Amino acid sequence: MTDPDVIIVGSGPAGLGAATTLRGHGHSVTVLDREPQAGGIPRHCGHYPYGLREFRRLLKGPAYAARLTATALVTGVQIRTNTTVTALHPGPRLSITGPDGASEISAKAILLATGTRESSRAARLIGGTKPGGILSTGALQGMVYLAHQRPFQNPVILGTELVAFSAIMTCRHLGIRPVAMIEPGARTTAPLPTAIYPRLHGIPLHLNTTLDAIHGSTQVTGVTLRQGSRIWDQPCDGVIISGQFRPDNALLTTSHLTMDPATLGPEVDQFGRCSDPGYFAAGNLLRAVETAGYCWAEGRAIGHAIARALSGDLPSGPDHKITTSGHALKYALPQRLSPGTDAALPVLQLRVTQAIRGQITLTTNGQSTAHQINALPERRITLPLPSGAGPAHLHLDPEP
Amino acid sequence: MPHTPAPFDIIIIGAGVIGCALARRFTLDGAKTLILERAPDILDGASKGNSAILHTGFDAPPGSREQACIAAGYAEYLSIHASLGLPLIRSGALVIAWTEAEESLLPALMDQSRANGVDDIEPLTATQTRAIEPQLATTARASFRVPREYLIDPWSAPHAYLLQALANGAQLRRNCTVTGGAFDGSHWHLDTTTGPATGRIVINAAGNHGDLIDLMLLGAKDFTIRPRKGQFIVYDKPAAALASHILLPVPNKITKGIVVCRTAFGNLLVGPTAEDQDDRDTATLVPETLRALQTRGEQILPALAGQEITAIYAGLRPATEFKDYQIRAHAGRSYITVGGIRSTGLSSALGTAQHVAALAQSFAQTTPLPAPITPQTSNISESAPRDWQCPGHDGIICHCELVTRREIAAALTGPLSVQSLAGLKRRTRVTMGRCQGFYCAAALATLTRDHFATPMATPND
Repeated sequence: MTDPDVIIVGSGPAGLGAATTLRGHGHSVTVLDREPQAGGIPRHCGHYPYGLREFRRLLKGPAYAARLTATALVTGVQIRTNTTVTALHPGPRLSITGPDGASEISAKAILLATGTRESSRAARLIGGTKPGGILSTGALQGMVYLAHQRPFQNPVILGTELVAFSAIMTCRHLGIRPVAMIEPGARTTAPLPTAIYPRLHGIPLHLNTTLDAIHGSTQVTGVTLRQGSRIWDQPCDGVIISGQFRPDNALLTTSHLTMDPATLGPEVDQFGRCSDPGYFAAGNLLRAVETAGYCWAEGRAIGHAIARALSGDLPSGPDHKITTSGHALKYALPQRLSPGTDAALPVLQLRVTQAIRGQITLTTNGQSTAHQINALPERRITLPLPSGAGPAHLHLDPEP
Repeated sequence: MPHTPAPFDIIIIGAGVIGCALARRFTLDGAKTLILERAPDILDGASKGNSAILHTGFDAPPGSREQACIAAGYAEYLSIHASLGLPLIRSGALVIAWTEAEESLLPALMDQSRANGVDDIEPLTATQTRAIEPQLATTARASFRVPREYLIDPWSAPHAYLLQALANGAQLRRNCTVTGGAFDGSHWHLDTTTGPATGRIVINAAGNHGDLIDLMLLGAKDFTIRPRKGQFIVYDKPAAALASHILLPVPNKITKGIVVCRTAFGNLLVGPTAEDQDDRDTATLVPETLRALQTRGEQILPALAGQEITAIYAGLRPATEFKDYQIRAHAGRSYITVGGIRSTGLSSALGTAQHVAALAQSFAQTTPLPAPITPQTSNISESAPRDWQCPGHDGIICHCELVTRREIAAALTGPLSVQSLAGLKRRTRVTMGRCQGFYCAAALATLTRDHFATPMATPND
């Protein structure tokens, strides 16, 4: 088999968006996915709203994933499912394994689009025992929509990001009745009107509340909740540990590519180009977490950038770091600015670590511009992309 | 006419690491052996949470039963691991002094090590210590190196012992709780939740329930178990690059202290704590303690800050009021208690089995098997090729730990076919990775649907 021009790792919205775009430029493209079917996380989400940006139609997740996949296949993209990438090498070259065993594959350029996952119970150091019935939203949705299984009847839901409301919809699909929704912060992370969704379904929402311990031996029997000095036991038979998404960066951590400790994704320039210019990255691997439509558009833009790189049209040259300071500023993406215009990442994407009102100062080439923000964690903040003529620095000053 | 099965020579109560090693030893020695386990899968009690180290016994009390069993167990593991397909990661250990007081204890510890026959140790200055472990915090004052402390796979080893016993005729009953029993002068008649069992000799290897089994069957006990909880945190694969050696503290009277070491599965663990408790079955994770372990880990290896924790677990060690193992043959009752194996059971199991087999010779003689079968264990450690690297594995189910469909199918069949998710984890590493089942839970629920006593989920139809 001859090597394709481009290999894309991950067949979610970003990977398939890029694949279809690259085919449009006449390049041969192979998409690898470790799952048995292409489509990525939307396959797990058997509910609306997907597809408005891409197809101008309101679709459920699986239908949307199928449509993205079909669109890619029609344009001549090769998709290899059940294929797991086990290592990234300079070249660029990949070690892979599939049902037939281990092998290697090379291309002129490789796009990493491995997406995101929720943080586990272990990563959050939640106490208690380890019974059955503790699931991330992704695992729950996989069980309900892909395997048609019911893991519990009356779970509590930890977290109030958008995905937690997706968990409620998934539960309702099977008549599973969550008994409580737990949020450590003072307000729900997801914006209105989503935030009133649990109340509509009669699910008590406990703000300023932590999940201290999980009880049960074979199956969850309850949880201990704490709100200030009030501590109580909530009976339940499952726990949905939702949100706190992080890039699925396992391949990066053991590779030669430079990672950003703030995003936990690869360090990229405004074309999605990694520290090894043979590698590009797109979608939620860059940062957690954006919607499917956003990732699809990002994949397409970075697909164009890869096409430019393959035709020698993507400038390379000295690049400049974008640095940040101020304790509440979590990250800025991209992390580097290369020469050249028509950026694939057209704006600076920022996130904060806490609810904050203040001023962000962007300094580049001795020139400063100030931007007022009033931001919450996990919400998108964007600023105009600096010119790239010199290093850029971002500083966040909270309002006194 | 009701069928009366021939009595067993040996009945072992408890399929922890000690019970599995005993089953192998007695079977190879020619005894007809039955092993009883109350849980759906083996290794479900004290043996499920340990630090996965093959100790030399350098720091055990000289002259103790524990020291002798560790030394013998260590030697036997080295001689049989290759034939059983078990890993051995020759990491070596460093005993590190972090304070002046600890530093002053190093010479005595080195003397103790030499007294225990572990005399290839080398004292190291702070500079020498940092030279071989560059990620170590600069506050390390001095250390000594124990080159033959190794890392092993804590689950495949006992599985291999029991599989060899079963391949050579031993029998295993799971979901089998002993409810009573009597010795009639020549045989033991045990009552269990899966029916009666008759054998010439009973061996109590019931771990955290050892004293209760003695009380039930002998009417008396020589020790009281007060389980000692150990909590652990496990970091994701990149952290394993931060330490080559097993990093041990200077031990105190209660505990060997908090260890930082790589695992056979390519992670890095920090633990255990030592917390006495009354509950014999439930080891509860405590967030404050886990955070303290995280802090301690970062004090030892500063680069651990920012590394992702991918697993948390707690184990219960069967501690007693005595420091040493409590291994006793009860003359006239054809009964041996193997109790109080409180922390070094993985290292000592094969040696403990040798010792118990010698004790049992006074009750009954057997003739060793002339040509025992040695089944190969499927490798799940990172020190040898894994199934995902081999053709025909039928696809990856657990992406974090690269567990294949073929491995899961194998674990669901055979004489030790798993009956719980916990058992499947110990056989294959499935769901033990960074995503804790985000991707594979659905596939696993389907694959294991008709195999588990408590299903992962119920079909939605």
